[in-house]
Amino acid sequence: MSKAMTGAKMVVQALVDQGVEVVFGYPGGAVLPIYDEIFQQNHIQHILVRHEQAAVHAAEGYARSTGKLGVALVTSGPGATNAVTGLTDALMDSIPILVLTGQVPTFMIGSDAFQEADTVGITRPCTKHNWLVKETDDLARVLHEACHVATSGRPGPVLIDIPKDVQFATGKYTEKKARKSYYQPQVKGDITSITELAAAMEKAKRPIFYTGGGVINSGTAASQLLRELVATTNFPITSTLMGLGAYPASGDNWLGMLGMHGLYEANMAMHGCDLMINIGARFDDRITGVLDKFSPNSKKAHIDIDVSSINKVVHVDIPIVGDVAHVLEDLLKVWKSRGRKTNAEGLSKWWSQINEWRSVDCLKFKQEGKIIKPQYALQRLQELTKNHDRYITTEVGQHQMWAAQYLTFEDPNRWMTSGGLGTMGYGFPASIGVQMAHPDALVINVAGEASWLMNMQEMGTAIQYRLPVKQFILNNERLGMVRQWQQLLHGERYSHSWSEALPDFVKLAEAFGGKGIRCSDPKDLDDAIMEMLAYDGPVIFDCLVEKHENCFPMIPSGKPHNEMLLGDASTEGAIQAGGAVMV
Amino acid sequence: MSALKIKKGATSHSAYDLRSTFGDEIERHTLAVLVENEPGVLARVIGLFSGRGYNIESLTVAEVDHEGHRSRITIVTSGTPQVITQIKAQLGRIVSVNAVHDLTVEGPSVERELGLLKVAGKGDARVEALRLADIFRASVVDSTLESFVFEITGTPEKIDAFADLMRPLGLIEIARTGVAALARGAN
Repeated sequence: MSKAMTGAKMVVQALVDQGVEVVFGYPGGAVLPIYDEIFQQNHIQHILVRHEQAAVHAAEGYARSTGKLGVALVTSGPGATNAVTGLTDALMDSIPILVLTGQVPTFMIGSDAFQEADTVGITRPCTKHNWLVKETDDLARVLHEACHVATSGRPGPVLIDIPKDVQFATGKYTEKKARKSYYQPQVKGDITSITELAAAMEKAKRPIFYTGGGVINSGTAASQLLRELVATTNFPITSTLMGLGAYPASGDNWLGMLGMHGLYEANMAMHGCDLMINIGARFDDRITGVLDKFSPNSKKAHIDIDVSSINKVVHVDIPIVGDVAHVLEDLLKVWKSRGRKTNAEGLSKWWSQINEWRSVDCLKFKQEGKIIKPQYALQRLQELTKNHDRYITTEVGQHQMWAAQYLTFEDPNRWMTSGGLGTMGYGFPASIGVQMAHPDALVINVAGEASWLMNMQEMGTAIQYRLPVKQFILNNERLGMVRQWQQLLHGERYSHSWSEALPDFVKLAEAFGGKGIRCSDPKDLDDAIMEMLAYDGPVIFDCLVEKHENCFPMIPSGKPHNEMLLGDASTEGAIQAGGAVMV
Repeated sequence: MSALKIKKGATSHSAYDLRSTFGDEIERHTLAVLVENEPGVLARVIGLFSGRGYNIESLTVAEVDHEGHRSRITIVTSGTPQVITQIKAQLGRIVSVNAVHDLTVEGPSVERELGLLKVAGKGDARVEALRLADIFRASVVDSTLESFVFEITGTPEKIDAFADLMRPLGLIEIARTGVAALARGAN
């Protein structure tokens, strides 16, 4: 069945048919017909952001906290180029979002028209797929196809560039299921490989699950199956930054996050294991450290929906291409049918070794004196918010790593952070997207003051839509992670890593119509956090912290997992010149 | 905490190489990539090669199914076995790519390229050029009293050899199509 309607109306109709409820956007000349249609309907809520980059990050936050598609709508030219960072961020972290861009009319394309940019050309390498629609009759099909591509297989960002004349013209609207897409990624894993993995698990003396964002992306069923698998095998489990919450932090087998700033026990176990089971992670360089010394004596299995992730950087022995939930379901079936065997003696020794590593207590720190340690601030935040229905976003830098270390996550989709691209300015708009999806939940953006300033204009959005997002800023007046690297690697030459002109964040909050809270004394911290939680509206919490605190533990660049730095005392001479070339 | 002992200037290197060390022999592979012929599809394929630092030695593309709007892109590339595997996987995940075939490993295949060579000269050189063209089964597709344009079809090596012979005889211009390739046999 097909109905005649304008291209602009098709955009709204297709979004409604796809179950989209919220669109984050910013109007401009080339999308005015679509905005006109948005004005005349009540199915889709449009959130006016203050910068197009924020629209995309908000869509990402929405998508990550719900598992659904996030949608952003921006105009041509600068609107589209401002969306590029968000698109790249979503590509790196495999987040399903749809970005709709206006374009100059088809007859003006290529003429260097006002606000013209080659949007599909610019975004080709930073989208999973993109389309320029030149005929209104094609628009509905492309809209449905785009939603399918964004959310199927390894999720990712897609973009549709819609010239203004295509929005105005009338064409045939086709329904969602009019045509089966040719894009049908494989979701079932090869059963022979799965059986091979089950057999390896039965023999393993020192196994470990190394899980990543793929578990979250696969849906809540994948997290459930993972928990069942861990319970039935009693294997230890660690996760990347992207995968936190898939297995509960309170679970007995949880070793904490691994990687450059991961926990000692997690990294030592990765280094010493004899069977590594990678579930939906991608051997990122933040995880592996120096490759030729990465977990040298282990057999490696890798479950990933993207065949290009397999053997990309680390050679694996048992590759399994498929969706995590599908593969885990089959793995559990095979495992159970083979009698749930494990190498009990080996496992018991392995656990006592792991418990020795745990006893190092690598996250310990001392809060003393009158200055708040950032770790302490997060520890208190954790204590005072753990019983809330809580979602955390972060910016990028030291605070992000501390948040990953000191906050705990019991469920998937509760933790939104820019992992792959490392986008400063991600967290605030993402928190807006999360709050839109979960109006009654507590949404906190753990931020550094430098990152936060990159998208601070979104205070306007938070105020306008009464979104009570809490901006928890660990303010050290420094680009903390840059400063840390300059200290460790660049002879303490602190080149441009601090700001001499920070705003008064309390006044800034008030200027926008929100609430500002400043806290500088550890003894006031609990009350200040409680005040933040009690306020029904956006809060900027300016937490003045120790300026020169370094983020530990740390695997220095160029070192393997078993040569971690645990604290300031042990860092002398730890990083050699060769490691400095790595970022 | 004191400064670490890092030599001044020790940090000015470029980004590090993530490639692992297994299988470091460079191999040459011919890939047939079947794609939906939609706008930008060639840019996607080429952009993948430039963006990830892979080599393209030769590339040909044409629509081979006009009704189904399918094109066939034939790419000759080189790299270590790991890089070749990555190239195939990365090509395979482009949404508009239907299939990727590695003709080098999927059994015997035929590879052909077409070359047009303009040779200018007089006297003996001109006669010799014509004689060699006959040996190589190149045909004359344009002729003046002082020049020939030869058309030659064959493997890239054959065209290389022919061009090498023509060079001292007055080769002034050459155009080549790049490799087209098909698997041998019924399938």
